[in-house]
Amino acid sequence: MLTLSINGADLEVDVPEDMPLLWVLRDVLALTGSKYGCGIAQCGACTVHLDGQAARSCVLPVGEVKGRKVVTIESIGNTDLGQQIQQAWLEDEVVQCGYCQCGQIMSAVALLEKNPQPDDQTIDQGMAGNLCRCCTYTRIRSAIKRVAQA
Amino acid sequence: MAHPDTTLESRSRRNLLKVGSLALGGLVIGFSLPFPDRSFAEQVLSEGPEDQPMSNATALDAFIGIDRDGKVIFTVPKIEMGQGAQSGLAVMIAEELEIGLDQITLKEAPPNEAIYNDKLLNFQATGGSTSIRSNWEPLRQAGAAARLLLIQAAAQRWQVGADQLRAENGRVLGPNGQSFGYGELVDDASKLPVPENIPLKPAEQFKLIGKPTRRLDTPAKVNGTARFTIDLVVPGMKYASARACPVLGGTVRSVDDRAARKVPGVIDVIRLGDAVAVIGEHTWATFAGVRALEIEWDYGDNANIDSAQMEREIKEALDKPGALANEQGDIDKALKDAAKTFEAEYQMPFLAHAALEPMTCVAQVRPDAVELWVGTQVPVRAQTAAAEASGRPAEQIIVNNQLIGGAFGRRLEVDFIHQAVAIAAKVDYPIKLTWLREEDTTHDMYRPHYIDRFAAAMDAEGRLLGWRHTIAGASVLARFAPAAVPDSGLDGDAVEVAIHPIYAMQNLRVNYVPVPPKALRQSWWRGVGPLRGTYMLESFIDEVARSVDRDPVEYRMELLGSHPRAQAVLRLATEQAGWGEPLEAGHGRGIAVQEVFGSFLATVVELQVTEDKGIKLKRLVVAIDCGQVMNPVSVKSQIEGGTLFGLSAALFNEITVSKGRVEQSNFHDYRQLRISEAPPVETFIVESREAPGGVGEAGTAMIAPALVNALASANGTRIRRLPLARAGYYVI
Repeated sequence: MLTLSINGADLEVDVPEDMPLLWVLRDVLALTGSKYGCGIAQCGACTVHLDGQAARSCVLPVGEVKGRKVVTIESIGNTDLGQQIQQAWLEDEVVQCGYCQCGQIMSAVALLEKNPQPDDQTIDQGMAGNLCRCCTYTRIRSAIKRVAQA
Repeated sequence: MAHPDTTLESRSRRNLLKVGSLALGGLVIGFSLPFPDRSFAEQVLSEGPEDQPMSNATALDAFIGIDRDGKVIFTVPKIEMGQGAQSGLAVMIAEELEIGLDQITLKEAPPNEAIYNDKLLNFQATGGSTSIRSNWEPLRQAGAAARLLLIQAAAQRWQVGADQLRAENGRVLGPNGQSFGYGELVDDASKLPVPENIPLKPAEQFKLIGKPTRRLDTPAKVNGTARFTIDLVVPGMKYASARACPVLGGTVRSVDDRAARKVPGVIDVIRLGDAVAVIGEHTWATFAGVRALEIEWDYGDNANIDSAQMEREIKEALDKPGALANEQGDIDKALKDAAKTFEAEYQMPFLAHAALEPMTCVAQVRPDAVELWVGTQVPVRAQTAAAEASGRPAEQIIVNNQLIGGAFGRRLEVDFIHQAVAIAAKVDYPIKLTWLREEDTTHDMYRPHYIDRFAAAMDAEGRLLGWRHTIAGASVLARFAPAAVPDSGLDGDAVEVAIHPIYAMQNLRVNYVPVPPKALRQSWWRGVGPLRGTYMLESFIDEVARSVDRDPVEYRMELLGSHPRAQAVLRLATEQAGWGEPLEAGHGRGIAVQEVFGSFLATVVELQVTEDKGIKLKRLVVAIDCGQVMNPVSVKSQIEGGTLFGLSAALFNEITVSKGRVEQSNFHDYRQLRISEAPPVETFIVESREAPGGVGEAGTAMIAPALVNALASANGTRIRRLPLARAGYYVI
């Protein structure tokens, strides 16, 4: 049994320690907002926060998460910044298919927490790990700027 | 359950509206079935009773249901895969029904070709940028009919003329301030005949159409609650993944599954003809299990095929006559007598779709039925695939369509559904099949490799007299819908844009030579035929113009005299992009203009290229005339995303084959455009009252030729074969 801190709650899971966090979240804890896209930390669809930092949960063995705080898209709206980002995503009509957007939002929140007033280059650097196959990049940039300027 | 009360047929309308009532009270609006000589009851009953799979939509409640609480349920004939079509279609209903978008609940349409066939595609599908175009009249009529019936019901209650009443925000308003909510009127309205005349709102009165509106699917997509196929759990479900033979046509000779079965969480290993599947308690167990399989394959006939051979075969096909697509004047004579000629050959590579949601399907085979929960662009084909894989009749197949995490044409195919059902048929519980990314990349159904050869004839002043154009590559249509291909082998999709060039010319011959596909299954990819044709024609016309020292925009403009809408977007895009303004050395602008999917577009690329082939994209400017816009924000989003989607492929992507195997596997070696490489896209919409054109694929079709034309302008290098990375270019 492993005890994990997920979205502020301590949860016990009976899984192998080398199982990536992504699959524990999705298939054991029914938190399916974090998505599988590549399994090799290339697309960012699985992005969660680990102790406040953006992390790719598809390559993160759950055993390494013990004693650390995991936040997923399901609770990011409980923070002011998370809520603002989600709202900006709607205001700027960022979303197309939506599959990558939970990961995008998690990366955007981590970026703005570290750097509340990012310029274009900082946004590009902070978000370059998240692929969007619908290529909503223009609007991701404007939504992040909307929150930065608010 | 719907009961027919009244039907009325008007010869003036292609789709005849029907009205009826919900079993628990309410109004339903649908279309008639296509057999006017059979009674309505016969036609509905022929679909099976209400509790059978096929009949969860009858013709009666095919589109709109309004219950006694005034809740409007709109059964959407198109699936949502990012293009915003469901919201655009809801705008049409809401506009005529006089309700807010927030009053609409969307429901996915079940498989039923009699009701949900796309009138442009002639089968039930979401694709080809048809959603808005095909439904523009029928859905507005359905909404208007419902409104007229509700008004009529109120008029009867109040004993006043219907002309004294109007509908607003889900209510019918009377002359003296009285009003009824729609829910209070549905029982009466459901007993009325469909009105003889259903006038549609003039454009000046539109409240929603053409205005920025919020999409209905997006709130759930920013908080993690939206459910794609990959997220679904049904009672008793187990997880599955599979590995198919890396060579197309190969089969399983033997499996050593001892290691796979030792993976914690693995439940079972299932052998299929061309694949082995692992079932587990969670996806990770199935992935680890698949990786641990030791499979000996019988690779079959394709095991020695490689890209070079495939290219050679396409090239050789160019020397065959193939099928004549179009001929005007005498191009052979024109070429012989021409003062100047110009010849060129262009290539587009094989491409994977690489949607971010890999292939996924939940399937359950039980004694009474086979049930699918799967995002599909083709519900009836999904049903047919499940019937084939399970040996059950189509009537026993239930399809629950789902949100799609990107498709770009991939989910026009049903191979993965067939596989999911084949696995589910061997166990007594439902399974969710999820492909590894590597499986998805190596077992896609790829956009064909095409090679086109052109020869143009010009007079002494460089004016275009005509061209000869031969197209070679696999025919997707010949596999997908063989009945749609005549004996000549002419594939109407493969020759789109090319068959009737937008440019005026007196002499023309267009031939298409189908090349039977080998080693790769080949299918449609976002942009389909128009993407293919636009890359070829817009590359060639640009070269023709430059070969006679003409400005590529002026040259095109002169040849577009009979296409004022094309001229207008060309003018708008070039004005906005500052075409003709001086550029520094190493900078260039490129243009492409076309009519695609019933819309007119012009795209300008401005870029800088370094001596070591680094490309800095400076500006992407797109002008579009897509006729009547449903939602300008959605049009812009589709143009922005579609343009960058095409840019990503034009810069980076090519699927190659060695020993019959696809060589790329994941996003590290089949890389995609990232935000740090994506320039902003500036979109300019021409205001228009013309019938709507398609937008979902239009931007994608334009970008590759504009890009290569810009590069030619910047450094004089003409890239005739995509992607640019193949020639050593990279993005800075």
